Amino acid sequence: MNGAWLLLDLVLVPMILAAALCAVGARAQFTGIVFYIVYGLLLALAWVRLGAENVALAEAAIGAGLTGVLLLGALARLPAAAPAEPGADGSPGTALRLAAAILCAALALGLGAAVLALPEPAPGLADVAAAHLPATGLGNPVTAVLLVWRGYDTLLEVVVLLLALLGVWSLTPDPLWGGVPGPRHRTRPEGVLVFLGRVLPPAGLLVGAHVFWAGADRPGGAFQAGTILAAVWLLAIMAGLTDAPAVRGLALRLVLVGGPAVFLGVGLAGLATAGAFLGYPPDFVKPLVVLVEAALTLSIAVTLGLLVAGAPERPPR
Amino acid sequence: MTDAATLYGLCGAALVGIGLYGLIVQAPLLRKILAFNLIGSGVFLLLGAIAERAAPGRGDPVPHALIITGIVVALSATALAVALLLRLAGATGRSTLSPEPPPPAPGERNGG
Repeated sequence: MNGAWLLLDLVLVPMILAAALCAVGARAQFTGIVFYIVYGLLLALAWVRLGAENVALAEAAIGAGLTGVLLLGALARLPAAAPAEPGADGSPGTALRLAAAILCAALALGLGAAVLALPEPAPGLADVAAAHLPATGLGNPVTAVLLVWRGYDTLLEVVVLLLALLGVWSLTPDPLWGGVPGPRHRTRPEGVLVFLGRVLPPAGLLVGAHVFWAGADRPGGAFQAGTILAAVWLLAIMAGLTDAPAVRGLALRLVLVGGPAVFLGVGLAGLATAGAFLGYPPDFVKPLVVLVEAALTLSIAVTLGLLVAGAPERPPR
Repeated sequence: MTDAATLYGLCGAALVGIGLYGLIVQAPLLRKILAFNLIGSGVFLLLGAIAERAAPGRGDPVPHALIITGIVVALSATALAVALLLRLAGATGRSTLSPEPPPPAPGERNGG
């Protein structure tokens, strides 16, 4: 059995490297992005092999899915007249390419040597995490790390998401301030995109809710679920079934800050009930974590959707 | 199981090299953003290999949580980079950082 797994690894790793090479080296940018999406999905398989199902879900949904949509959308909006591929647009010459190749090979070899030289009794926190997991009432140690033991990281992470969105919005041209992101998508009413836009969202909502709920005890969680919900929303927008909201809307902004605000509120309450910021009273760890995750899932979904939709391109209605 | 960790760790090291090469050599900014993401996932894979070594078969949950955080932050950085690129293209009509831009019609375009 071990041999069969090793065989899978020996097939998967070259495929990942080949997809990465094609993503970087493809002649057309569109091809490169498609290879990047393939690469992300293969990488998700690698994460399953490394026993990291939570990461695999995040990689497939965020790394391959949303990043792919983001890059394809950017390519479609870039001026087509931009000097396509020939080297006259500031691409480096052969000498510089060679020097860069040598530098990068040296870096990769150095990192590889570091991997081979890692200490043999590998240090880690897996046993500590397993020992303390029952105290949280959660079954998924990664969720426990994200929301209980290292809540600071996650709180700051959702704030980073909001800051990135503010950064994107601040690039809006003045006349479009507070407007609607992206073009109004118009599609043939009998087209396949509209069909998928009608068929997939119910299933997507169900999967998103399940991934959120399952995240307490099994692979899943707020970020993966929020990404799936964002993908459903973006699909409906791209199919022309609904339109992106104007970013000046008050309700929209309340949803955006709702998740971080609930997390911060529960964290501050921890000062009184558990004696520490971001602490939970011992008997209520799981309910509070699920409450925070629910609020975060909604905020993350809307934030990610708007991040991918980009800066406003149409005036507010 | 240590074999798998080492194999994917080496894969991560190679991915960092491939991504860095693309970041240096490719002129179009969208390609640089893509290459930047390759470097990022290579680093995540290195971290994943360390997690797998620490607890073969199930993985160390602390690096896993760090990786998930990293994936989300990488997406937000990518979204900001793409927005900057689209603004640059809207203002100048270019999608590279070529130092001496070949202006199609000098004086016709003004940065917005």
